[in-house]
Amino acid sequence: MPDSIDIPPVVVTATVNGERVSRAVEPRMNLVDFLREELELTGSHIGCEHGVCGACTVRVDGTIVRGCLMLAVQADGAEVLTIEGLSESGEIADLQENFKTRNAAQCGFCTPGMLMTAAELLAENPGAGRTEIRQHISGNFCRCTGYQAIVDAIEETGRNRGEK
Amino acid sequence: MADSPVVTVHDRPNSYIGRSVPRPNVQRLLHGRGTFTDDIKLPRMVHAAYLRSPFAHADIKSINADAAKAAPGVAGVFTGKEIAELCEPWVGVLSHLEGMRSPPQYPMAIDRARWQGEPVVAVVAETRAQAEDAVELVEVDWAELPAACDMTAALDADAPVIHEEYGNNLCWERIVDEGDVDAAFDQAAVVVEDEFTFGRHTGVTLEPRAIISSWDPSEEQLTVYMSTQGPHMLQAIFAKHFGLEEHRVRVICKDVGGAFGIKVHTYGDEIATAALTMLLKRPVKFIPDRMESFTADIHARHHTIKARMAVAEDGKILAIDFDDLTGIGPYSMYPRSSGIEINQVLNLTGGPYTIENYRARGRVVFQNKPLMCQYRAVGHPIATAMQEALVDHAAQALGMDVVEIREKNLVPDDAYPTKSITGMPFDKLSHHAAKDKLLGMVDYAGLRADQEKARESGIYRGIGFACMIEVTSPSPMFYGVGGAPISAQDGVTLRLDAKGNLIVASGVTEQGQGAEAVLSQVAATAVGVTPDKIKIITGDTEITPYGGGTWASRGTGIAGEAAAQAGHALRDQVLEVAGIMLQSEPRKLDIRDNAVVDADTGNERISLAEVGRVVYYRADTLPKDYQSELIATRHHVPKKFPFAFTNGIHCSHVEVDVDTGVVKLLNYWVVEDCGTVINPLLVEEQVRGGVIQGIGGALYEECLYSDEGQLLNGNLADYLVPMAAEMPDIQVGHVTSPNSDSELGAKGAGEGGTGGAPAAILNAVNDALLPLGARLTVNPMTPERVLRALGKTE
Repeated sequence: MPDSIDIPPVVVTATVNGERVSRAVEPRMNLVDFLREELELTGSHIGCEHGVCGACTVRVDGTIVRGCLMLAVQADGAEVLTIEGLSESGEIADLQENFKTRNAAQCGFCTPGMLMTAAELLAENPGAGRTEIRQHISGNFCRCTGYQAIVDAIEETGRNRGEK
Repeated sequence: MADSPVVTVHDRPNSYIGRSVPRPNVQRLLHGRGTFTDDIKLPRMVHAAYLRSPFAHADIKSINADAAKAAPGVAGVFTGKEIAELCEPWVGVLSHLEGMRSPPQYPMAIDRARWQGEPVVAVVAETRAQAEDAVELVEVDWAELPAACDMTAALDADAPVIHEEYGNNLCWERIVDEGDVDAAFDQAAVVVEDEFTFGRHTGVTLEPRAIISSWDPSEEQLTVYMSTQGPHMLQAIFAKHFGLEEHRVRVICKDVGGAFGIKVHTYGDEIATAALTMLLKRPVKFIPDRMESFTADIHARHHTIKARMAVAEDGKILAIDFDDLTGIGPYSMYPRSSGIEINQVLNLTGGPYTIENYRARGRVVFQNKPLMCQYRAVGHPIATAMQEALVDHAAQALGMDVVEIREKNLVPDDAYPTKSITGMPFDKLSHHAAKDKLLGMVDYAGLRADQEKARESGIYRGIGFACMIEVTSPSPMFYGVGGAPISAQDGVTLRLDAKGNLIVASGVTEQGQGAEAVLSQVAATAVGVTPDKIKIITGDTEITPYGGGTWASRGTGIAGEAAAQAGHALRDQVLEVAGIMLQSEPRKLDIRDNAVVDADTGNERISLAEVGRVVYYRADTLPKDYQSELIATRHHVPKKFPFAFTNGIHCSHVEVDVDTGVVKLLNYWVVEDCGTVINPLLVEEQVRGGVIQGIGGALYEECLYSDEGQLLNGNLADYLVPMAAEMPDIQVGHVTSPNSDSELGAKGAGEGGTGGAPAAILNAVNDALLPLGARLTVNPMTPERVLRALGKTE
């Protein structure tokens, strides 16, 4: 019988989207399952569960991580920001508007992770060119758009931020 | 009805046709507030996991599930035999694909597993993790059998026969023979021959397939939440195979995280999940993980083709002759069958050109690999790549430019309506106009000059063209005629609410391509409202008109037309009651920007909100002998042509690193003609996304198998998909030849990108390598294969 079944739950306490939350979870539970199943924050998506597709990208203590490659217990004490919190903060309202105008989201399944990744680049380097943008989002798989619209939307957002 | 002047959607004063308005439903997706099936939790819901066959072909001698049943959280463990007691098996053949055979298929393997990944035992537990733990405790006593994995060898006399009653592994064979092919080859100035191989690949929707089934035994009601492209088709299938009336089955499809033809089939694990809720009387969720998806989703495209083309001295194509073989796994997929892809190859090849002699054989073969079936651009990439590679090959043999040979052979734009040599009727295509438009976008002479210059410094760049036709908006001739419960018609209901808003419900579904945006724009235009007044409802068999769903680029051409006609009907209803209120003739009124106006002056007479208020709350103020209606449903089905064919031309510019074999995509251009363009932005993004999927097949994607039928790269780290860094920007142009089978004039636009890209890139790579004497006829063109073609590796 697999060992994990007999291991007692561990209490994880974290600040998620500014709210302090505490849940007793199995030590093997990964962060994205914790967010989706325990906190019902379903904006972070599960695409591959082996760290390739980027659909589960969330921000932990200011840095983006793969929610499927981090255990919930590793987020104990951490500040976690998901797409829900990022949206409500208004930080990426301009980026979201450009995604909408440019049709940079089709099915929308990769979109939260893509926005998380793009937000990081825009915060670090709003003047990033197309090649840099493409490199930065190259860990986020989008099956629908072919990426060009996403690159356009990020580039436009950075250009507008730079002009302000 | 009101006798208002006849107007089409094209001459409405406040038209949204042809405008790049944003999609109405995209905000929730951008805020992480979409509802994908896995986001839904139902009370007392449990989770299914499947033990899948580790072998490509093996007998199940016994199953011991005692330990699994006793594991923590487990609600039930069920074998294929137990599931089969609830569910009738299915047979994936279409009667119009004459002679096709496939045996009854059950949701899960019973005595024998026939591919690695076939579901064998279902385990249901309180969490998915517990279900997976318990799967590991199930003991199956396997007896491995010799497997027929290689599709070509599967027809050998000594190959293991998968379905013994058939005597061999042939599923279906079709032969086309038109004109006098042998005479044409005898007369040819040049004959070129190639053997093509297209790798087996798969859809890799970022959201895996997903289902929650919920059985209410008190009302004998099955409710299924599902990530699907065809809610009504699934409703019919669940009802048929569980012996239920269709109104006892409700299929609800919320947001869908990509589909591309992957989510329009009958998967055993999904049907079994419906059986599990009936057995347990609790909702059951099943979401395959990524590794399961690689062996449980349909695969597509694996073809080997021997092809030749006869060409006259002046470049005129005299004949095409080819022999195509495809392996489809151990069963033909239900209900679309696994014969359609090769059927498309036989129907579409040569379609852009005037060809008088044509011979083709297509063979569909059973093998011990996952089932193959229809995936985006079904058959098009195969047909187009073969045809276009032969055209380039012929041009080289004649010393003719690759554009010139195409100009010589493309069907003249004024020849329509016409038929292809394979009998495909074409309404109106525009190959020459599209080619001219493309050549206006591409600096062809400049690229050739750059190519010459680059070669001097050992840099090999290539230019590849691909002309193509695309099947969209199919009539019942595609599936219905073959007996499948797949509706070619679709419906739209428009209802004006009491505040003058427009509620639109349709049988098509939204997977991100913009079907709901198209419905919104057409309905807004036909009725006379602004898009912000519109609410779109799709994806629920209980509340939407009956329809086929969204596949084969049918949403815009079919449901879009239904929306136009429903819009006219609702407009007439509004003008009738407004005429009574205003004591005016309805024909002197119009609806513009949410208000009834004088048709002549445009002056507002009464708002739609006021019409709604009177009709719904103050009907006492209307004449006693009059009953108003503010709801209209219209359906549309293509009648004049079996398919609304479209056309396009692609151009790819690549650089091949002859030391590493890596193909770099420098630039890409497409011109397509999808008839009336409702939303240019959405069409262009369909083309771009489609091209990138085509690039996946051309350069990266392949399900690699061992000789024993074991998938070697079934994860996203080893199976390569197109990522942002390597992809080019794509320039898109339009030519417009409206569909004469509808008022709207729209055709589909979802397949062409994927259908044309492998051909354009194959030709570009071969153009780059021409001075080195290397030629590739394989997809994907991996670095290893490029180096092999260059003779630089074994």
